[in-house]
Amino acid sequence: MTDTAIDQTSNEHSDGDHGSTLGVSNDKLGMWVFLGSDCLLFGGLISTYMLYKDRIGPDDLGPAEMFDIPFTSVSSFVLLMSSLTVVLAITALRRNDIRRSRIWLLATSVLGAIFVGGQVYEFTVFYREGLGYTTNLFGTSFFTLTGFHGVHVTVGIVMLMSLYIQSMRGKLTSGQSEKLEIIGLYWHFVDVVWIVIFTIVYLFPQ
Amino acid sequence: MAIVEQEDAPLELGSGESNQITERPLGAFTRPQGSGGWRSWLFTVDHKKIGIMYGAAGLLFFIIGGIYALFVRLQLSRPGNSILSAETYNQVFTMHGVVMVFLAAIPLGAAFSNYLIPLQIGARDVAFPRLNAFSFWVFLGGGLFLLTSMFIGGWWENAPDGGWFAYSPNTGVLFSPSKGIDFFAIGLQITGIASLVGAINLIVTVLNMRSPGMTLMKMPVLTWMLFITQMLLLFAMPVISVALFLLTFDRLFDANFFNVAEGADPLLWQHLFWIFGHPEVYILILPSFGIISEIIPTFSRKPIFGYPFMVFSGIAIGFMGWGVWAHHMFASGVGPVAVAAFSVSTMFIAVPTGVKILNWLATMWGGRIRFTTPMLYATAVVAMFTIGGLSGVTHSLAAADSQQTDTYYIVAHFHYVIFGGIILGFFGGFYYWWPKMFGYFLSEKLGKMSFWVMVIGFNLTFGPMHILGLQGMSRRIQTYSAGQGFDFWNFISTIGAFLIAVATAMFIVNILISRRAYRDGKTPDPGPDPWDARSLEWMTASPVPEHNFDEVIEVERQDEFWHRKWGKNESGQVVRRATAEEVAHDGSNTNVHLPSPSYWPIFAAVGLPIIGYGLIYNLWLCVIGGLFVLGGLYGWVFEPVDDPNAAGHDHDDDHEHIDDSPENQEDASEEVSVD
Repeated sequence: MTDTAIDQTSNEHSDGDHGSTLGVSNDKLGMWVFLGSDCLLFGGLISTYMLYKDRIGPDDLGPAEMFDIPFTSVSSFVLLMSSLTVVLAITALRRNDIRRSRIWLLATSVLGAIFVGGQVYEFTVFYREGLGYTTNLFGTSFFTLTGFHGVHVTVGIVMLMSLYIQSMRGKLTSGQSEKLEIIGLYWHFVDVVWIVIFTIVYLFPQ
Repeated sequence: MAIVEQEDAPLELGSGESNQITERPLGAFTRPQGSGGWRSWLFTVDHKKIGIMYGAAGLLFFIIGGIYALFVRLQLSRPGNSILSAETYNQVFTMHGVVMVFLAAIPLGAAFSNYLIPLQIGARDVAFPRLNAFSFWVFLGGGLFLLTSMFIGGWWENAPDGGWFAYSPNTGVLFSPSKGIDFFAIGLQITGIASLVGAINLIVTVLNMRSPGMTLMKMPVLTWMLFITQMLLLFAMPVISVALFLLTFDRLFDANFFNVAEGADPLLWQHLFWIFGHPEVYILILPSFGIISEIIPTFSRKPIFGYPFMVFSGIAIGFMGWGVWAHHMFASGVGPVAVAAFSVSTMFIAVPTGVKILNWLATMWGGRIRFTTPMLYATAVVAMFTIGGLSGVTHSLAAADSQQTDTYYIVAHFHYVIFGGIILGFFGGFYYWWPKMFGYFLSEKLGKMSFWVMVIGFNLTFGPMHILGLQGMSRRIQTYSAGQGFDFWNFISTIGAFLIAVATAMFIVNILISRRAYRDGKTPDPGPDPWDARSLEWMTASPVPEHNFDEVIEVERQDEFWHRKWGKNESGQVVRRATAEEVAHDGSNTNVHLPSPSYWPIFAAVGLPIIGYGLIYNLWLCVIGGLFVLGGLYGWVFEPVDDPNAAGHDHDDDHEHIDDSPENQEDASEEVSVD
């Protein structure tokens, strides 16, 4: 560190991540704390869905009739694979293997985009089959819960693509691997939430 | 250390653009310069300035909320009054509650958190200074957004009118057709973002930025209580966010969450709201508990009694606060098992609170007490909160509660804890830390006078409400008829409310007079440590210099600053080792690296209220607001870590930083580098 000589007397311990109390950088700790909070957001939405999933009109299709499990299983698999690719991107970046890290970054974004695309497709199918956002309580709570998750995935893709562009400009090197790691944390969290949603929303009614 | 560039890898550039790193950032991405005038406040990232702005805004909203309360009291001062129509009355008492809870009490707590946490743990700033500025501006924007509902679309036509808890389905479009609840839901969503972001920031600060040697169990009790408050905010805010999202979707997009005709559960809102709402009560009270835990030891000249018990009872309150929410719903038919369980848990949560009260009393016991204005406020908190706590325990008995619910007895209870416990504590905190924050004393004489006016006025206002409630006077009614026995006590209560207003005005006058007296040289300079206090914030100059401390403080003991001033001689007597001036830093070190100010937090924050108006009136506005937020976040992420051209103030910094080009989450809850 070149700044130690200059800053002998300053409060250097509070400067960024050198000398943090817990040995974790502020940025990473901040992401962990945020994810803790986000659990409660999904907790509230999942509870609402659980309360309302069977409240449908006499002629409406319920969860068991509506869902196409093979299709959603494939898109879930795609999303889970993206957790693997983001790890590969991080390890490549740590080794300063820029080219591989870009490939895996792009792969992660594409897999995430396929998942979101699948969700959009699924929503349109449900809508054609008669389940609109305002049709009944099941529709309202289903679209809200899965929609919130989709927005989370989309935000993740935007973050990954921003990193990808940074990488193209030569500004993402092993020194910045922690940035990717932090976004990776977010990405894993969104995947784990999807495992919960997929189990509770799609598999339980079967 | 320069960043490692990839200059010799042209193959990897798909877009063909130059991969040379531009040393000079784009014009739009420079840092604000100059440290004087209004710009130094608008673009500041200094936790002390942000804390002061939180305090000023909170005080302003406290006065506005107080004016609402005065109108409520005027309306109720005599039977059959018609100062406010029933519609306006609903809006005024709703706005009173919302403004006081979300725009006065939470931000005043945030003011103390922001100002004092970094100082008490010996840090230079919070973990994410720009994020800190962002959360303040988001809060202010959300607050003003909520207030504009008073006059947008007509004077008192579109203000929220569903009570501060906004029970749905009553707040659905069917029963609340005005735009008031939209303003409520979106406004609180925005201020909720501010609280959440602030909580993340302060939690990381406490966990990660303590001085060497400052273990968790050496932190001052105030920092502990504020830390627990932030933990509660962190987990409570997303729950209210969900509730508000559902309500907003119901009202704006015809969702069915609270549509009983489609089979919705009318209790869903109540559960979601109170799962947030009860921790919220502790979010409000714990900062005040912390404040008086600093004031009482200082003015009793004793260490806090039972420090670990103080800390763990605070943690216990923080945990148990999550298990009592349904005591707000005893009358809603949640069933006998739930009622019994929540009744017991509610009785139980009085235990850690009782521990705290006992410890404050034991701290004062045998101490050499100086009854300064802050100490008067602190003792008043102990007394008044005990009264409010005891009436709270009477609600835990479900049978009694079903008689008391929705009467003025409830209003009396929560004002004793909120006003008597929280607001009095904050005023005590103002008097205590004022010399530290601004470098001059507030007048003790005027302070004591306003204290007595406030405490007497407070008891006159809310004491009679116990009687009114037990006589059966309902909450939230616009008026009452003569001959029910309500007249006398309502009139007394109104007089009390105006006394509180007088006391608040005296506080404002006190600020102005004391400031002038200090400028004219009539009052002494407080020096770094006017009260012979115990914690680290007194170990630097007053007002606190921009860089907080001249050097890193190595902490060895709890109450480190006190132990540097005082020690024991051979015969075990406490003797002074050094004066405060000798121990404290004089703020002369100009070589401390400071975070640079930034345009982007306020820029991004402005977008949120615009999105709010857009959701209510015209979706195109959402696009504009969204561009502000997105542009702000990208500008934030790409701005240089330090202003390369800064000169003449001590933000400049010629070190190269590793994270030269922070790239980061859009998500508003993350920030890259603190520098």
